[in-house]
Amino acid sequence: MPMKDEFKPKIVAFCCNWCSYAGADLAGSSRLTYPADVKIIRVPCSCRVNPMFILRAFEKGADGVILCGCHPGDCHYSTGNYYARRRMTLLFSMLDYLGVENGRTRVEWVSAAEGVKFSQTMNEFVEKIHSLGKNVRLEDLRCRKE
Amino acid sequence: MQRIGVFVCHCGSNIAATVDVKKVVEMAALEPGVVHAEDYQYMCSEAGQSLIAKAIQEKQLTGLVVCSCSPRMHETTFRKAAERAGLNPYMVEIANIREHCSWIHKDMEEATRKAVILARAAIAKVNLNTPLQPGESRVTKRALVIGGGIAGIQTALDIADAGYEVDIVEKTPSIGGRMSQLDKTFPTLDCSACILTPKMVEAAAHERIRIYTYSEVEKVSGFVGDFTVDIRKKARSVDMDKCTGCGVCQEKCPSKKTPSEFNRGLNNRSAIYTPFAQAIPNVPVIDREHCIKFQTGKCGVCAKVCQAGAIDYEQKDEIVTEKYGAIVVATGFDTIKLDQYDEYAYSQSKDVITSLELERIMNAAGPTKGHLERLSDGKPPKEMVFIQCVGSRCADERGKSYCSKICCMYTAKHAMLIRDKYPDVNVTVFYIDVRTPGKNFDEFYRRAVEQYGVNYIKGQVGKVIPQPDGKLLVQGVDLLDNRRIMKEADMVVLATAIEPNPDVRKIATMLTASIDTNNFLTEAHAKLRPVESPTAGIFLSGVCQGPKDIPETVAQAGAAAVKAIGLLAKEKLTTNPCTAKSDELLCNGCSVCANVCPYGAITYEERQVNDHGIREVRRLAVVNSALCQGCGACTVACPSGAMDLQGFSNRQIIAEVDAICR
Amino acid sequence: MNREKKQAELITEISGVNPLKCMKCGKCSASCPSFEEMDIKPHQFVSYVANENIEALVNSKSLWKCLSCFACVERCPRDVKPGKLIDAARQLVIRQRGQEYLSPDEIPALLDPELPQQLLVSAFRRYRR
Repeated sequence: MPMKDEFKPKIVAFCCNWCSYAGADLAGSSRLTYPADVKIIRVPCSCRVNPMFILRAFEKGADGVILCGCHPGDCHYSTGNYYARRRMTLLFSMLDYLGVENGRTRVEWVSAAEGVKFSQTMNEFVEKIHSLGKNVRLEDLRCRKE
Repeated sequence: MQRIGVFVCHCGSNIAATVDVKKVVEMAALEPGVVHAEDYQYMCSEAGQSLIAKAIQEKQLTGLVVCSCSPRMHETTFRKAAERAGLNPYMVEIANIREHCSWIHKDMEEATRKAVILARAAIAKVNLNTPLQPGESRVTKRALVIGGGIAGIQTALDIADAGYEVDIVEKTPSIGGRMSQLDKTFPTLDCSACILTPKMVEAAAHERIRIYTYSEVEKVSGFVGDFTVDIRKKARSVDMDKCTGCGVCQEKCPSKKTPSEFNRGLNNRSAIYTPFAQAIPNVPVIDREHCIKFQTGKCGVCAKVCQAGAIDYEQKDEIVTEKYGAIVVATGFDTIKLDQYDEYAYSQSKDVITSLELERIMNAAGPTKGHLERLSDGKPPKEMVFIQCVGSRCADERGKSYCSKICCMYTAKHAMLIRDKYPDVNVTVFYIDVRTPGKNFDEFYRRAVEQYGVNYIKGQVGKVIPQPDGKLLVQGVDLLDNRRIMKEADMVVLATAIEPNPDVRKIATMLTASIDTNNFLTEAHAKLRPVESPTAGIFLSGVCQGPKDIPETVAQAGAAAVKAIGLLAKEKLTTNPCTAKSDELLCNGCSVCANVCPYGAITYEERQVNDHGIREVRRLAVVNSALCQGCGACTVACPSGAMDLQGFSNRQIIAEVDAICR
Repeated sequence: MNREKKQAELITEISGVNPLKCMKCGKCSASCPSFEEMDIKPHQFVSYVANENIEALVNSKSLWKCLSCFACVERCPRDVKPGKLIDAARQLVIRQRGQEYLSPDEIPALLDPELPQQLLVSAFRRYRR
């Protein structure tokens, strides 16, 4: 998807090892493109993602953070994604309050068989971040290299 | 400081065509901790691996980053290569620059930039890696099978034949389960008892099988390879060693008004009873609720007539504690209650029966000695109607949403057997769909139609109306002819939906095995691990996992046995070292982590700590690394930040985040 | 969008029924006391709506032979409720004739404190313009 502006967002995607990371692999082996702005961090389960990691990403200048896990009921650890869902609901609502728009954060369930969904989700998400522009809240300006 | 080596793979042209590999090497070499960086055509090849080994030895590397394909593909390969070269395998990290980079991007500059960032993140993580050692736990060479039906018996026999000890725990007074209640079995029509009884005898006589009947699992603790189970042996009130099984007590017992569970309440049994003649063990139990001696204190006939002096009114429940390496759940099924289906008049007429009740009626040892007769007046029926899908495939709360799978076939079997034995009886089957996916199944169903003249009508029955003359008026519709059908029947048989044994929920909770909304136990993978529970060391056999017929149950029982044997055959279990670990100086013993742990891996101990010179006893979380599967739920829940996950620690993930956002 | 498709959507909206849930078991027809009187049988109603064959449906005799006894609604194992579809199809016909609309001004006079709230809500769904 060609982006007209020069804005290169920084996007962190946390993917659980069992479903979403495999879904991203499938997107790769099916050659389903999505922008290079998305960088994936592998975690054992979506419930491993500490809200602290997401705050840290925004602090360090990320423009969007997306968390992908197994579909509800399919978690490898049976209940991990439910914890993630609850934690993220709270965190995202707090971030919204702090001025980080809800569009910059997202939780999506992607199974190991859903390469298409993974790629689509990432395309949508990047497009959304483009429409929101650079994140100006929460960033620690001392960290910015200028 | 780590000494890190970075190895960038071309993967032929898979990576090199879109990522400037030399540039990645050049940029990676600038990262902190990196002392060596190189690229190669195929890192996973023999030559590539020896390249890595050589660098580890020559440059005394303490950490590795391989920029290649997905870790799901070759992480194990590179970890093994590192281990062979004397490096701890958990000091290896993979930067996925193929599936997540070269394959999805077209622009070389952009892809190279991303590959550099991914390499950086992996390097940042390795900088914080620590060598991890997989733990070991022992395996108790004994299996427990919960449930003594055909699934449990077959699993136990297979495990025992492989040379391991097995215990079967069965709730009722005899093993045999549902299959012992059946008359004939489809599609071969052989007598159920004739094929089951030898298996029961074989299990009872097997030197490595112990059978606890009239017993229930009370408590389960421990983990894969090392379960500790409390089994409650309910008081039989009969001494198993003294009883000769002569049956005189049952004959003389004056309390004979208890509905027989085995005959589905169609006739009565005595208070002291064995469920059926071929029961194993052939030792009766006293049903204390219905025994006159236990209820009023006055009777004692059985004790008087027992020549062996086996009756023991003083007997108490006994708890046996045993250790097991593997547990197989084989708790089976029951038919659903029909109180909600009043349109079929099940509770209004004795001549409306379930298929399982018909099995007992057709059975020579059943309440009618095998004669097909109406339970209301004992007359032989002339018109029989079968209704399929009663309670199955129901979206509402009255029934079950799933297909019970066995009903189409047993209904064809019943219809065929009746037409064969009583050719003057007309048989009509009302069906929605006839589902016969099994070997020789459709041929069987077609035989019922073509050779035995069973009348199949497509259309679910609306209602059954009992008539004053004792007949049953069946109101239905023939969907293919668009025609109303009002059929007078003498007997109506309902193909009642099956559901998992109601006790399974309690058992699943004890085992921390997951269960679905229909109370079927969940398998670890719907396709690739169908007989294992997601909980390590728990295996599934038979209908407790989903509706099945006998051949499928036996096949699954064998599969579950093999999986259990595979576990028992191991001397030691290697555990995943990426487990949670609590920092005892930070832990405040609040129990939050234990509450979120799906495996019950976290316990609390009072332990002496030395907190900067202050020595005191504190309540601390302790993770059992054999139980912990490394999901990390606890690490996020921990309010004091004491809990961390090895291999995916807070610092490691934050380092990755920082590297990506840099 | 063609007319019949629109009508089919209106019927599913008014009735709140998803005709795709039907597994074609025929229990509705088997339960129906007016079965013999009908030209289109209750179970066919569902497929007529699913196939957007609405003209035939609204011109059928069955539409006015249904007693609204709701035996089919009660017994349907898949929660499809053909009786509600018939009810909605009737509503469609009545609307086409231009009757049976309520304007907000008329409502207060019709209100009865004894009326269940549910009835009000369903009436709004049916009679709004």
